[in-house]
Amino acid sequence: MAFYIVQFLTGLASAASLFLVASGLSIIFGVTRIVNFAHGAFYMLGAYVAFTLTEHWSGALGFWGGIVAAALVVAAVGVIVEILLLRRIYHAPELFQLLATFGLTLMVEDLVVLIWGPDDLLGRRAPGFKGAVDFFGQNIPSYDLFLIVLGPVVLGALWLLFQRTRWGILVRAATQDRDMVAALGVNQKWLFTSVFAVGVFLAALGGALQIPRDAVHHAMDLRIIVEVFVVVVIGGLGSILGAFVAAVLVSELNAFGILIFPTISLILVFLVMAVVLVVRPWGLFGKKEAPVRRTPGLTVIPWRALTSLERLAALVALALAAMLPFVGGNYALTVGAEIAIFVIFAASLHFLMAVGGLASFGHAAYFGLGAYGVAFLAKLAGLPMIACLLLGPLLGTLGALVFGAFAVQLSGVYFAMLTLAFAQIVWSIAFQWVAVTGGDNGILGVWPEKWAASPSHFYWLSLGVAALVVSALRLITFSPFGYALRAMRDSPLRSEAIGINGKLIQWTAFVVAGSTAGIGGALFAYLKGSVFPDNMGISLSVDALVMVLLGGVETVAGPIFGAIVYKALNIWLVSQTDLSKLVLGIFIVLVVVVFPKGIVGMFESITYRRRAAPPKSPVLAAKMEGAQ
Amino acid sequence: MKLSVCNLNSHYGPAHILFDIGLEVGEGEVVALLGRNGAGKSTTFRSIVGLVELREGQIMFEGRDISKAPTHEIVRSGLGYVPEERRIFTELSVEENLEVGRQPQRPNAPHWTREKLYQLFPNLGEMKNRPGGRMSGGEQQMLTIARTLMGNPSLVLLDEPSEGLSPKIVEQMVDAILTMKKAGVSMVVSEQNLHFARLISDRAYIIERGRICFSGTMAELDARPDIRDAHLSI
Amino acid sequence: MSLGVALLSVEGLTKSYGGIHAVRGVSFMLQAGEILALIGPNGAGKSTCFDMLNGQNVPDSGRISVMGENTTGRKPREVWRLGVGRTFQITATYPTMTVRENIQVALVSYHRRLFDVWSPMASIERGEADRLLDLVGMAGYAERPCGELAYGDLKRLELAIALANHPKLLLMDEPTAGMAPRERVELMRLTAKIAREQSIGVLFTEHDMDVVFEHADRILVLNRGTLIAQGSPAEVRGNREVQAIYLGEGLLYDSRHREGASA
Repeated sequence: MAFYIVQFLTGLASAASLFLVASGLSIIFGVTRIVNFAHGAFYMLGAYVAFTLTEHWSGALGFWGGIVAAALVVAAVGVIVEILLLRRIYHAPELFQLLATFGLTLMVEDLVVLIWGPDDLLGRRAPGFKGAVDFFGQNIPSYDLFLIVLGPVVLGALWLLFQRTRWGILVRAATQDRDMVAALGVNQKWLFTSVFAVGVFLAALGGALQIPRDAVHHAMDLRIIVEVFVVVVIGGLGSILGAFVAAVLVSELNAFGILIFPTISLILVFLVMAVVLVVRPWGLFGKKEAPVRRTPGLTVIPWRALTSLERLAALVALALAAMLPFVGGNYALTVGAEIAIFVIFAASLHFLMAVGGLASFGHAAYFGLGAYGVAFLAKLAGLPMIACLLLGPLLGTLGALVFGAFAVQLSGVYFAMLTLAFAQIVWSIAFQWVAVTGGDNGILGVWPEKWAASPSHFYWLSLGVAALVVSALRLITFSPFGYALRAMRDSPLRSEAIGINGKLIQWTAFVVAGSTAGIGGALFAYLKGSVFPDNMGISLSVDALVMVLLGGVETVAGPIFGAIVYKALNIWLVSQTDLSKLVLGIFIVLVVVVFPKGIVGMFESITYRRRAAPPKSPVLAAKMEGAQ
Repeated sequence: MKLSVCNLNSHYGPAHILFDIGLEVGEGEVVALLGRNGAGKSTTFRSIVGLVELREGQIMFEGRDISKAPTHEIVRSGLGYVPEERRIFTELSVEENLEVGRQPQRPNAPHWTREKLYQLFPNLGEMKNRPGGRMSGGEQQMLTIARTLMGNPSLVLLDEPSEGLSPKIVEQMVDAILTMKKAGVSMVVSEQNLHFARLISDRAYIIERGRICFSGTMAELDARPDIRDAHLSI
Repeated sequence: MSLGVALLSVEGLTKSYGGIHAVRGVSFMLQAGEILALIGPNGAGKSTCFDMLNGQNVPDSGRISVMGENTTGRKPREVWRLGVGRTFQITATYPTMTVRENIQVALVSYHRRLFDVWSPMASIERGEADRLLDLVGMAGYAERPCGELAYGDLKRLELAIALANHPKLLLMDEPTAGMAPRERVELMRLTAKIAREQSIGVLFTEHDMDVVFEHADRILVLNRGTLIAQGSPAEVRGNREVQAIYLGEGLLYDSRHREGASA
């Protein structure tokens, strides 16, 4: 019995940091509407800075002063980030904000390695809390008891701050309607900055407080952010009480889950999350989001099928691409095949994200499942390559069927966070279930058969499949099904009112997107000759998002160009620098800030404006006024 | 002049919305800005308080050029703005809604306290702790006006205060506006309802497709049924 | 008339939120071809009533039937399949599609072809879409991006979409909100004309009393969730209670009457 109580208390202690980070994320989201992916990075920075400060400052005052000072220093960094970056993207679509802050995370990951080195750092123990308390023969670290008390204290302090101070009232008002707060004489720029500073302070404090418990390392950010996403999805984004309850719940599930499923303890948390989402889609304490106010001035160019001239041009381009084996060497062909595979991957995400309006942050899961599907069939069942290529993607289909059923219950940032969490489950299964997946070592020796083995043959195979997949997706986009999907994206209210079963349509689209991603993954397994958990990792999911955005999310042809440009750039970059994350992060931020419409989007709006500008203005003017 | 707007041009993205708008409001005057939906009334107000990013022209308020100032500074200098669609903070109580609008007292403008506002809108005084979201549309409209008055403005821009309200509530709104006028608050009220405008205002402007196409007293407007019918389409 | 079964029949509809009765014991009937207005102060429960009829909201108790079929608690899309069209207070259309495509989507849904993934949409139900556009006077607008329409045109487009499933009943929530007076009258004249020609029953909420008194055959008055009066426009207008609660002293409506007096 005592053992279980101790286990319970350990869970409560872990909840403290999780709560600090999650409440910070919730507060920032409430006012700025930004889901700050970089929150994990600020948590990690808090730990690193606290490590350095507590090493240099001695004594109890040095330690505790160092912890608080670290949180303040990181909050100051947060203020700079807010002023330089976030202020430029407050009016951008939420997806762009998520991506920009992810770019920030990538930059921080490389920077901490540059500054503090790649090795794990062990921090000082907390003065006054070095010992343990005996509890019926079980030891409880006294620092854990300190953390257990700290959580509710912070919760109470935040409650007072938001209910009893003018600042708190202004923040709650801004949470609902920021422009209106400005129209009542409040300087909303500084209100936002102060909110961001408070949120980052909480995250950094959460990180700093971890140093007596855990080693400081450069992958802390992703681990905590996934847990934090789970916490806010369960608790309800924007609710501080929800963050607290969910942090306790998740930490306890982790503490006891390890006893039940030692290897795949994460599953338990995700199962609970799935149940909560089905019962209360906006989390235990969350509220249904009010429909977003449309920003006037954002016109979308109506999509249309290709004219026969354009179709001809596409065929010519495909024919030219098919000439590559006659001019390029083996390296060029391998790169070419990889690009073709990523065109498939990007096109599948684009279908879900642009046509369906469902931005998945975990699309790599289905790509990776397709790859593992092939590996299982080829290595375990020994099927011929053609059968593997046809059947392997079905594992992606299966994953999309299961996860999609839950995911389409949500939309917007919740959808993004949930798909990310699902991808992490799949990743952790691949990573932890060593007996079947080989864990970190992956499955090796998945080579193509003779007919497809030469680089030129494999290139043609990839190019052919890519052309087929892209054409099929395009056909679907302009079919009644594609229109129904867009209808759900544009106005769920209207769609339901004209008899469209929107969730079923979206689920089907999710399965289509997951299956086509699986096709890409299947080819990828043969290209590399192996599969690894990283084939379904977060960074691959984000690669796909960047490809779609770079091409232009409001266009139909965008993902093809996005994939080609991005993948080529990426391959080149990795060969040129060790700091690829830093450069990539900067690149992502630049794309979001400077290039929000993407390559194809820019091109289209220039030609569209030239065609339609003069007669459009008065009509548009009336509509803008109406939209206010 | 309390407020004078000269050659105001505004844009949303590529669209040019307002063309050379000119408006003047005298001390203590109530002026109606009439026009149909989409004519540019709301954009005019949003431009004056700096909520439209692209605006050109001169906007003088109490002798100061505010055409480049950010919204919160314009509002803090005593120019209150009540948007259409009410936009109260539904999660906040009546008291908290008023707190958001609170600004220091101003020498040249009537000073409003919570108590005075509860006299002006007795309904609000009976529900001080009720969340804004649990109030009826009419009560919400009163709260938006009270909230703006907490900033002790000397001039208020009222955007379509009668839209979506029942006739009975609109009559109460007329009384409140006349009381505010008596207290010395200048106002510009945008309206589609000519009857309502007639009850409260001294002068009127008519705006159509982003241009001012009439300006004069209410009597002058009544003498020109052609203009009224062409632009107000009653 | 038609076998005694009302087009829409509502009995004892009740809904409360957190202890507050939003709608309490509302009962009424609507016949084919009849135009019925639902009026009342803000917060009286009109929208809640509407959402329950449409299926967006589930009543606590009471019964709704459309042409004799019980639709209480059914989903909006199921109610729609029974022949109920809906327009919204704030227009809900597809801004990224053209005007014609907006209607085609509704038609494709009506013909149950939503899961067709191969046929190009451009060629499906084009003529029928253009016929509906013509009906609401928007024949020249088919290729226009819907996002660029003026507000009044959006309202007409919504009407065309609502007509796509050959409805027997139209539910229109504040159909003229935010429109200029002349546009209001035109839209309601158009609606009334279509309703009479096709014998469609119309239920609408409205704040503009000029529109209500001109077009409604019958008026229901809702206050604090209960029906306090119903009857012809003249009856409702003369009702003391309705005057006290809702209509006021009449300074702000009935322009023709006032203008006539001053002329």
